[in-house]
Amino acid sequence: MTPLQLTHFTATSCLGRGLTATLAALEAAHSGLAPCHFETAELQTYIGEVADVDAVRLPQPLQYFDCRNNRLAQLGLMQDGFDLAVHAAVERLGARRVGVFLGTSTSGILTTEIAYRHRDPLTGALPGNFDYRGSHNSFSVADYVSRRFGLTGPAVTVCTACSSSAKVFAAAQRMLAADQIDAAIVGGVDSLCLTTLYGFHSLQLSSPQPCRPFDLARDGLSIGEAAAFALLERAPATLDPEAILLLGAGESSDAYHMSSPHPEGSGARSAMQRALADARLAPEDVDYINLHGTGTPSNDSAESCAVTALFGTATPCSSTKGATGHALGAAGALEAVICALALKVGLMPGGLNLRQRDPKLALNYLTGNQHAPLRHVLSNSFGFGGANCALLLGRAG
Amino acid sequence: MSTLTGCIQSLGLLGPGLADWSAARAVLNGEVAHVAARTVLPLPGVLPPAERRRAGRVIKLALAVGAEALAHARSHGALDERALATVFTSSGGDGDNCHEICLSLASHERLISPTRFHNSVHNAAAGYWGIAYGCTEASTSLCAGDASFGAGLLEALAQLACGAPAVLLLAYDADYPPPLYAQRRIADAFGIALLLTPPAAGSALPRLQVSLSDAPAATLDDAGLESLRASIPAARSLPLLERLAQRRAGTVVLDYLDTVRLAVEVHS
Repeated sequence: MTPLQLTHFTATSCLGRGLTATLAALEAAHSGLAPCHFETAELQTYIGEVADVDAVRLPQPLQYFDCRNNRLAQLGLMQDGFDLAVHAAVERLGARRVGVFLGTSTSGILTTEIAYRHRDPLTGALPGNFDYRGSHNSFSVADYVSRRFGLTGPAVTVCTACSSSAKVFAAAQRMLAADQIDAAIVGGVDSLCLTTLYGFHSLQLSSPQPCRPFDLARDGLSIGEAAAFALLERAPATLDPEAILLLGAGESSDAYHMSSPHPEGSGARSAMQRALADARLAPEDVDYINLHGTGTPSNDSAESCAVTALFGTATPCSSTKGATGHALGAAGALEAVICALALKVGLMPGGLNLRQRDPKLALNYLTGNQHAPLRHVLSNSFGFGGANCALLLGRAG
Repeated sequence: MSTLTGCIQSLGLLGPGLADWSAARAVLNGEVAHVAARTVLPLPGVLPPAERRRAGRVIKLALAVGAEALAHARSHGALDERALATVFTSSGGDGDNCHEICLSLASHERLISPTRFHNSVHNAAAGYWGIAYGCTEASTSLCAGDASFGAGLLEALAQLACGAPAVLLLAYDADYPPPLYAQRRIADAFGIALLLTPPAAGSALPRLQVSLSDAPAATLDDAGLESLRASIPAARSLPLLERLAQRRAGTVVLDYLDTVRLAVEVHS
């Protein structure tokens, strides 16, 4: 692909609001995970909750979009001047030429979960203030962001579970390459809800402790939430050396099982291979890999197979989910932004919560932060249904 | 701004009173009157038994229209479905499954079965499709609410523009049970699959050229069909399908987002 520039980017997660807080937490090896006291959930697990989402208010004419997920989107858009950057791009390029490509897995379903508790005892009807389109529907977040900026171009939600907001980069890149738009708001917004808390619990995939990716005793994931965005534009001929570029994207399907990865990670490997080919890079060109690394026994073992088969055992890798939790449909974008930060400051964040390495996982897993100039980094995202995506990001110089 | 183009290799369709593409074609070109009848979803024989038992209505619907498009394409020549890129698009996913999860979460026990949970992802149909056909090619699953067909068409054509040799687009929506039905008035299941390939010189296949437009969306003369178009997002494709059935060249405007429509120029 022709490289695209991430002209602006931002992330809000349990590590904090915006890039400064996120980087400070990563540098301090701080985890945002805490015991779950979310809503009415009664589960022994840890979560990565964003503070004070409930206090966020949406702009008045867009009140029908009110739900936790869109409040989190709004909170995320307000960090690092991202909203101002979008307004400036719209002014420059026109409302039809800025597309919206956002990933989510559960959108505002929390609103529906709560509405079901308040059904009319006689008719079973949901409460009168319940708005399916503005909250629950998967499109609601992309619709909200599109309307908030007064856009009239293509807008879509990519909904491939935990790879959703990695795949948005690939979808936006295609629409830019096909000259349907001149800029894209890409990103992911996913928020805590009971469906995922109880759902992962039923699959015995959530850990009772803070998740421990790549640890011998890893026993599941910790669910997080996040809003992460980037503004993607065609790269100009001359670039600041610190400019962050999307160099390649690779997508594949496992064709194996709905909720378990292929044991040898064949789909994961193919997604990484395609990202390298798309960027015209060789495995040895990659300086750091931000792993999907959920902390479930099967994910980490399959991903380790896939990474070592393609890269050998030397490339530094880590999962940042011990810090952020698994932000599900927002994980791809959150980790792409973490990779952009890593490239900018030359930081390879060490994976948290690892006490004893699993000797069967042969990759070069970092357990402490390392500082070194980075040129190319890879970010992995794999989802239920076997939907895989790898992104290759780089610095201009 | 450039337009997006693609040829239609084959189609699959299933909807109320429209049992498959050949039945729909006869209705849309006026040979046969449309008779309203509830959509009958076939069992997805292509799935292994365990997955077949777990497949809900939207999965059956998506697999049925996709299988029909594949069967028509195979009758014209070889096709490797294991290497076929897919674009799944739906306005809402599996309403029945979602309803059951919300009921359970509103109860004291809050027990969700693992199958219910993994079927709750919007890309469930794509996951089952991959398992059914051993397809390891890239697949995406989109949602743009009522604009989901248009969003899927744009994505599929953009993939062709970026070099994909073929893309199977599957757009499908199934009815929501009460109480969600009160807010999501989709009364029955409708699905459409289009196997799209890059435009080739001298090809006899119908070719589409798609661009963003401010013109109003086309409607259908038949009241029953128009009611399907207006009420089921995947059926927003019907004015295009009508033109294909009638083998009539020209431009048809399809509904997309509130702020923009899709002008589709059909060259037959």
